[in-house]
Amino acid sequence: MRVNVTVNGVPRRADDVWEGESLLFVLRERLGLPGAKNACEQGECGSCTVYLDGVPVCACLVAAGQAEGREVRTVEGLADGGALDPVQEAFIEAGAVQCGFCTPGLVVAAHDLLARVPDPSDPEIREALAGNLCRCTGYEKILDAVRLAARRARS
Amino acid sequence: MSPNPAELTSVVGGVGTSPHRPDAILKVRGEFAYASDLWHEDMIWGATLRSPHPHARIVSIDLSDALLVPGVHAVLTHEDVPGRNIYGLERADQPVLAEDVVRYQGEPVALVAADHPETALRAMKRIKVGYEVLTPVVDMESALGDTPLHPGGNLVRHVPIRRGDPDARAAVVVTGRYEVGMQDQAFLGPESGLAVPAEDGGVDLYVATQWLHVDQAQVATALGLPPALVRLTLSGVGGAFGGREDLSMQVHACLLALRTGKPTKMVYNREESFYGHVHRHPAVLHYEHGADRDGKLVHVKARIYLDGGAYASSTPAVVANAATLGVGPYVVDNVSIDAWGVYTNNPPCGAMRGFGAVQAAFAYESQMDRLAEALGMDPVDLRIANAMSEGSAMPTGQVVDSAAPVARLLELVRDKPLPPTGTDLLDLPGGVANTTHGEGVVRGVGYAVGIKNIGFSEGYDDYSTARVRLQVVGGEPVALAHTAACEVGQGLVTIVQQIVRTELGVTRVTVLPMDTSIGSAGSTSASRQTYVTGGAVRAACAAVKARLAELAAGRHVDDLAALLGDEVVDETAEWRHRPTEPIDPVTGQGNAHVQYGFAAHRAVVDVDVELGLVKVVELDCAQDVGRALNPQAVLGQIQGGTAQGLGLAVMEEIRTTGGVVRNPSFTDYLIPTALDMPPMRIDVLELADPNAPYGLRGVGEPPTISSTPAVVAAIRAATGRALNRVPVRPEHITSTERPRGAPA
Repeated sequence: MRVNVTVNGVPRRADDVWEGESLLFVLRERLGLPGAKNACEQGECGSCTVYLDGVPVCACLVAAGQAEGREVRTVEGLADGGALDPVQEAFIEAGAVQCGFCTPGLVVAAHDLLARVPDPSDPEIREALAGNLCRCTGYEKILDAVRLAARRARS
Repeated sequence: MSPNPAELTSVVGGVGTSPHRPDAILKVRGEFAYASDLWHEDMIWGATLRSPHPHARIVSIDLSDALLVPGVHAVLTHEDVPGRNIYGLERADQPVLAEDVVRYQGEPVALVAADHPETALRAMKRIKVGYEVLTPVVDMESALGDTPLHPGGNLVRHVPIRRGDPDARAAVVVTGRYEVGMQDQAFLGPESGLAVPAEDGGVDLYVATQWLHVDQAQVATALGLPPALVRLTLSGVGGAFGGREDLSMQVHACLLALRTGKPTKMVYNREESFYGHVHRHPAVLHYEHGADRDGKLVHVKARIYLDGGAYASSTPAVVANAATLGVGPYVVDNVSIDAWGVYTNNPPCGAMRGFGAVQAAFAYESQMDRLAEALGMDPVDLRIANAMSEGSAMPTGQVVDSAAPVARLLELVRDKPLPPTGTDLLDLPGGVANTTHGEGVVRGVGYAVGIKNIGFSEGYDDYSTARVRLQVVGGEPVALAHTAACEVGQGLVTIVQQIVRTELGVTRVTVLPMDTSIGSAGSTSASRQTYVTGGAVRAACAAVKARLAELAAGRHVDDLAALLGDEVVDETAEWRHRPTEPIDPVTGQGNAHVQYGFAAHRAVVDVDVELGLVKVVELDCAQDVGRALNPQAVLGQIQGGTAQGLGLAVMEEIRTTGGVVRNPSFTDYLIPTALDMPPMRIDVLELADPNAPYGLRGVGEPPTISSTPAVVAAIRAATGRALNRVPVRPEHITSTERPRGAPA
């Protein structure tokens, strides 16, 4: 089948998509956007988190056909050209990136949290990020990064 | 040239600072190329057919239906392995593809390559394998007397340690039987790689691994090719923690690529990843501790069983660690330990962060608490009274010849103020599940300290190779650093840059991709890469500096760029840590280890004793790192290592029934989330080891070792339960029965 989807503001088309393919597979293997990651492909780890019509979803749980005619924003679409999004900058500065496989999903999840709750408490941050697994950091520096990005946005 | 580069330690981004990772921008943008992101024109996809049985004889294999599926390019079995169909890290005992027998559920039997991953899976399901199911051997304690699974029987290695008086008598004796469940590394980036056939008959493999050269040697042997025709390049690695030391898809992808002549990509999904790599050895540990009335340890006796599963992997070295580190960081004059690693039909087990020291630490630290209770002593006081220090002898007779601040680490975590009782629902056991507002919740505090050997042991020639090139680019001196040392997330690429900056006084340092075109760097494991590859990079820089001194001879040049001119200085160095020795096979005596690392934890937990739910409220750590080359990365290692120890304490276990894995998914194998990890306060000591580069001490593993027993000690304090097994599950807390082996 053919899938038409707007990705990071650009209309894209994928042909010969098998009906069983996920949005994640189409993004990664057909549209050249491997930023969303494939850690579990069953909606448990959050590494494939993308915005679908402005709502964060696990791209692995969205059938490619469900994205027809809709707007997707991936981690590759957060930076403005060479200028990183403040959440991305904060992840680097806080040391929240180790292997980085969870990072794209966590950056999108944190981006969404701060858009909804500009000044989140620690319990709010932990709950908002609880769907994103990280195996390297123990989350401490990821929390630091979200606090840093929130503080910068306020000042 | 006036400035001596060695004096230029004030360079920005050098050793002791925390510059940003060179790969960080790509990683936050989603543009860093992990092994599963690789793509090649005309690429096809590989899939692996695995045994559904833990133990079976293969009677027949029929590929005909699979070959009929449109889009299939190849279907291969063991008959298609051109070289030696057997490999292994320490001993070759594992087939690339099973021949007449399968020894664990998930063992690879056949391969398919097709133009779409789904096509490959469908064809795979059409392969008909006839099995004669055999009774699996699954109990590690009786495996030695059970059906032999390999020609030499079921013993992989026995390590005895004998020191002092075997008949020593103590006034107070405590015994215990402890169990450690099978933990998974659960790195997030699945096993993946891309094999590209080359015109010279060889293959180029882009893969996520922990040691390129040991992969290269094993792949070349299996393919029947000279190593020079098997070229490996590290692609982005999504975590490792020991789980990438053994081969997974490396040979398989190369076989398919060479057979089809097409670039072949293999990517495991999460379920396959659970079958595709080794796990932490489950263990049963029997301990007896004896002390005098003042709490001074008199003797420790232990029998330790480690379940190696179907193939040896790194079991021999894990057994040696459990034995040589089996009494923990304590001074004990009389020691008798036996550790056995055995074959069973359970999943193969090998390296995971902490490597044998984790299992022993859960037992010896549980024993220290039990001993403290028997003596009526404070558990921290008991530990401090027996703590080893610099100059103490290990049970192997090896004298610890650099800092061993065990007592101080314990004091640091003990003396921190205790956290207040939580008020938010998220602070309570059960969290937003709203299972309690404080009713039935009891707080507990527990302590533990651990010891880990750093680097490869027992006489292994443990070296690394580094090349550093210095030249002027655009009027500015620029350095290139090249090694084969695998960056798996820990930040070695940053450390390499920092060392070159400090040694050469050059700000711009580029780290080349890691590959096998340079000599081996050894394994990214055993907390050794900053030590050994760091040492090699520093040695290469020293060679560069020597060359600069030659250039400068008799000249007066103001700066490095002017001195270099058009010259390209390019030096390669091999560097090894001081030698270790094998241990005596009868007494276990010998200077087996090159360096020891120590960490201590204090855990504070709230336990809902009615529901058996645990909330770790705080998990503080103190660790000596010798010298923090990158303080931010050191904290990241301590935080991440601690989280994995917490996981083993309260949630992480691969559960098997008759050798069959029951929970190969992130739905059923749980790892800590941001809600499970508590805040940590961390003290980092920097007591330099004079034998190590910059005085550093390996960092990655010690925090994984002590966090597990600290959390369990805290749960015991809250519940009064014996808790002889990890992970602790709710039913262990609420059950009216005491676990097997617990004192009545």
